Amino acid sequence: MSDPVTLKHTPLEACHLASGARMVEFGGWLMPVQYTGIMDEHRAVRSSSGMFDISHMGEVLVEGAGALEWLEQLLTNRVGKLALSRGQYTMMLNEKGGVIDDLIIYRTGEAAYFLVINGACRDLDLEWMRSRLPSDGSVILRDLGDDYAAIALQGPDSEKILRSLYPSCEVPKRNGIAPLVASDGSIPSLVARTGYTGEDGFELFVPVAQGNGEALWQNLLAAGVKPCGLGARDTLRLEMGYPLNGSDLSPDRTPLEAGLGKFASLDDAAKGDFSGRKALETQRSKGLPSLLTPLKLTVTGPPLRSHYPVISEGHSVGETCSGALSPSLGEGIAMAYLPPSLATPGTGLEIEVRERRYAATVVALPFYSK
Amino acid sequence: MNVPTDLRYAKTHEWIRSEGDTITVGITDHAQAELTDIVYAEPPKVGAEVKAGATAAVVESVKAASDIYSPLSGNVTEVNAELASNPALLNTDPFGQGWIYRMKASDVAEIDSLLTPEAYSAQIGQ
Repeated sequence: MSDPVTLKHTPLEACHLASGARMVEFGGWLMPVQYTGIMDEHRAVRSSSGMFDISHMGEVLVEGAGALEWLEQLLTNRVGKLALSRGQYTMMLNEKGGVIDDLIIYRTGEAAYFLVINGACRDLDLEWMRSRLPSDGSVILRDLGDDYAAIALQGPDSEKILRSLYPSCEVPKRNGIAPLVASDGSIPSLVARTGYTGEDGFELFVPVAQGNGEALWQNLLAAGVKPCGLGARDTLRLEMGYPLNGSDLSPDRTPLEAGLGKFASLDDAAKGDFSGRKALETQRSKGLPSLLTPLKLTVTGPPLRSHYPVISEGHSVGETCSGALSPSLGEGIAMAYLPPSLATPGTGLEIEVRERRYAATVVALPFYSK
Repeated sequence: MNVPTDLRYAKTHEWIRSEGDTITVGITDHAQAELTDIVYAEPPKVGAEVKAGATAAVVESVKAASDIYSPLSGNVTEVNAELASNPALLNTDPFGQGWIYRMKASDVAEIDSLLTPEAYSAQIGQ
């Protein structure tokens, strides 16, 4: 763990400790990894509801007459496709086509966009964005990362719970965003129907001032929502095959290698140039050096984790970047960058754990579906 | 946390029960609570030589893999086969059905260097 003095603290820390959280360092933040147990929390989200503190994530507001054009050049997905109050998954690439961050962008006004970026990347992302701002003032960027407390309410019971707590809230459709309550200040409360678990659910953003985040947490707790930590967040997202930046995505891998090509609008005539586009086009014409590949153990074995060698016909062909014992499936699952020739579902491989090799096979995503 | 008075303890949270030179090894109640949901156990092989303080087994929770250090030196005579199908025994009965392996100690005098129940209780702050 890094020096605790330098760790950043979420506005909900007291809530976590009161709920019996075990706190760990994650991307420079002191965050809850679990409360009652990862299995228990994971099952709550799959069967009823759970909540995650996502206050470590960054919120960035981009507005102005030049906002759309600027965002098109910054991000891989075509921002112009977004109707008002809609969101999309997208990525910010370096000039080599490598992933700086993956994020969700919501259109919250005619020329206003709300970006939610990864907690561990906030400073880097903002530095990258600011360095590319036009000098004519046509794009205004506001870092609201420290102004929001944010909670993800996830699971099949989420809508019922949201409606019970906010009867007058306009409940957004999947990937949409709406005001959570009427805004009385410059930091609006927002509810987005997005998440990182594969279940229905919402991400709630409330101004950190006046203890709004703690009040929201308490209300959700009183409504029977189970507090869930980063441990369950990781197993839930991996069962769906959602990538984690820093494990599955990196500045040295492109979205094409990560299997996220559909979020890069290379063939959309309205998209135009964007950072990393040339590298993606070159890679597409020359062929991919590797492909992020879902793997499953076909024998009983230890939980899979990152950095385990992947073996084909006796030779190491890559290593796992994410791995877990899937709580829903009871099987070892992992992602690994492998030569594309080995990425076809059904391909037999082995994964080496502590010098023992376990049979595995390439599968299709998601690992888990209802 | 339960700290049975008839056992001796390693600083690294393993316990031993000795019957002559046959030693049973497991992890403590404190250790299982810290590890949480144990989903996999990899005991040593029967016949393996283990050294005091060196890794002899691995237990894994959903979140992390943890080495289990042999409290004593000697040879493994038996392993708990039940753990393969039911690793949660390490959580539910760490001093009983959740034992990990049995060994013949090569030097029973090593037992004297292990913690007493009182000393181990003090170490875990109770």
